[in-house]
Amino acid sequence: MVTEVNLCGIRLKNPVIPASGTFGFGTEMAGMYDLNVLGGISLKGTTKNDRYGNECPRIAECPEGMINSVGLQNPGIDALLEEKVPALRKIFGGAIIANISGFSVEEYVHCCEKASKSPEIDILEVNISCPNVHGGGMAFGTSATAAAEVTAAVKAVSRKPVFIKLSPNVTDIVEIARACENAGADGLTLINTILGMRIDIARRKPVVANRYGGFSGRAIFPIALRMVNQVASACSIPIMGCGGVSCAEDVIEMMMAGATAVQVGAENLRNPMVCKQIVEELPQVMNKYGISDINEIIKAV
Amino acid sequence: MPQASRYKVISNREVASQTWQMRLEGDTSAFSRGGQFVDVAVCGHFLRRPFAVREWDDTGFDILYKVVGHGTEEMTSMQAGTVLDILTGLGNGFDASRCKASALVVSGGLGASPVFSLVKELVAGGRSVTVVMGYNTADDILLFDEYKASGADIHISTLDGSKGVKGFVTDVIDTLQGNWDYFYTCGPKVMMKAVCEKLEIPGEASLEERMGCGCGICYGCTCHTAKGPKRVCADGPVFRKEDIIW
Ligand SMILES: Cc1cc2nc3c(=O)[nH]c(=O)nc-3n(C[C@H](O)[C@H](O)[C@H](O)COP(=O)(O)OP(=O)(O)OC[C@H]3O[C@@H](n4cnc5c(N)ncnc54)[C@H](O)[C@@H]3O)c2cc1C
Ligand SMILES: Cc1cc2nc3c(=O)[nH]c(=O)nc-3n(C[C@H](O)[C@H](O)[C@H](O)COP(=O)(O)O)c2cc1C
Ligand code: FES
Repeated sequence: MVTEVNLCGIRLKNPVIPASGTFGFGTEMAGMYDLNVLGGISLKGTTKNDRYGNECPRIAECPEGMINSVGLQNPGIDALLEEKVPALRKIFGGAIIANISGFSVEEYVHCCEKASKSPEIDILEVNISCPNVHGGGMAFGTSATAAAEVTAAVKAVSRKPVFIKLSPNVTDIVEIARACENAGADGLTLINTILGMRIDIARRKPVVANRYGGFSGRAIFPIALRMVNQVASACSIPIMGCGGVSCAEDVIEMMMAGATAVQVGAENLRNPMVCKQIVEELPQVMNKYGISDINEIIKAV
Repeated sequence: MPQASRYKVISNREVASQTWQMRLEGDTSAFSRGGQFVDVAVCGHFLRRPFAVREWDDTGFDILYKVVGHGTEEMTSMQAGTVLDILTGLGNGFDASRCKASALVVSGGLGASPVFSLVKELVAGGRSVTVVMGYNTADDILLFDEYKASGADIHISTLDGSKGVKGFVTDVIDTLQGNWDYFYTCGPKVMMKAVCEKLEIPGEASLEERMGCGCGICYGCTCHTAKGPKRVCADGPVFRKEDIIW
């Protein structure tokens, strides 16, 4: 049975990848299970300088999902490259995906140029879709022109495959995906969280201190699947499908919709063992549906 | 290290107004200190619910929980025999070794639960222990007999004066003469802040925050400290007085 997939020349032993922001820098999870079962790990979003992120509460529960407004808390690109990535590489042989954020094109370029030089990093995932920071993040992901500008700029300085992570908070995700592909993106990750809100009725205030946050988890799976399918139909570069994935069947669906690899986000928060469980269940589920090579189902629908 | 396991409900009963005690049976090898917590998966709810461990032994542990919302309401209907998915061994817990000879332990409301094993550990380690517990009213008093039996010196305050000293825990502390060298506190934030500001000796307090994962991977529970941003779930929930920024 073949579960290995290939993302722009990077071989993953299976398509299962914990999504950025839901698995720390990988090392936090090392005590829970041997990370080497995973195809890859997408690290927590990183910016040029260290960031505290938003004030707490940063989390609000929703039916079949949650809202987060962490706001890119991270130690900065230098600490990522000097401490976090080498520490993870010591214990993890799979693909390491650096997730890069920024507030200006220059910041994205600065971080990608540095990360690209790290021998331990395999793929750059450029997050132009964070809904939790003002004046940056999602601003680049909601305009085709700005998305193309960031893509072209980071591609010019990167020797590693560049995946652009798209926002679902747009009228037409296909237009943005095409703009990124035309600007030279090697691949796309979609989707990031959907802008949402919860209100604490007794306090008459938003639950998260930042008022709005990113909604994700099982509830968004059909939306993510639809967007992956639309983008896969319009573009030819590989896709990491993300959004609401919680079991091996979801991985299969996501790949049939058009993804080459699949990221698992919020589900890690409610069940830290979920990625390991999905990897273990995958061969049985493939067997059940008569799939002998997982690559045969990519874009099957 | 956090550990995910299954636990069986042995008993689940109301022990004070809107406050329940649940005893669970299963692997307790991940528990190491009083003040640590567990994260309980409640069927029908996306996120787990964090609760401090009151006490544990080789066969299981118990928690005290207040009914405040949907998840805890659901928990009250769990019968003996129900099997729950729980993450255990979470958080740093209190450091009993920081107290040399004499400890002051101050709790507010349900804060009496997380400090219970600490008090027993301190007493067992030969320290003299003074416990001050604050409640709103006599009906809210928790674990009174257990604390009385612990060998610590117990004092109570109630806001309405229905039991013990009328007023706040700090009013009780004013009346006591102890040569404590270290303090521990758990309860409402305003109470812990007042205790930390009042006492000149070193000590530690257990903080609370809304959590995503409870095990250090989502950075959903970060607080400011004198040593930079820290995760309440994994770097805490217990922080030293000098590091806390209220
Ligand atoms: C480290 C830690 C230890 C705790 N120990 C205890 C304990 O020993 N006994 C006890 O009764 N309570 C304790 N709490 C608070 C307890 O977790 C909440 O009361 C409980 O999660 C409420 O769940 P609910 O579904 O009834 O409320 P809802 O309001 O319906 O819950 C909605 C969401 O908000 C979260 N939430 C609500 N209130 C709190 C709160 N005060 N703190 C953190 N998250 C909250 C819930 O977990 C859930 O994700 C502790 C909290 C933390 C962080
Ligand atoms: C707590 C949390 C933090 C996140 N942080 C980041 C981040 O730093 N960078 C990023 O690109 N996406 C981030 N995301 C988005 C996820 O990577 C993912 O795209 C999204 O949550 C949808 O997947 P899910 O439904 O499986 O959670 C975060 C999501 C969560 C829940
Ligand atoms: S709740 Fe996820 S890091 Fe603390």
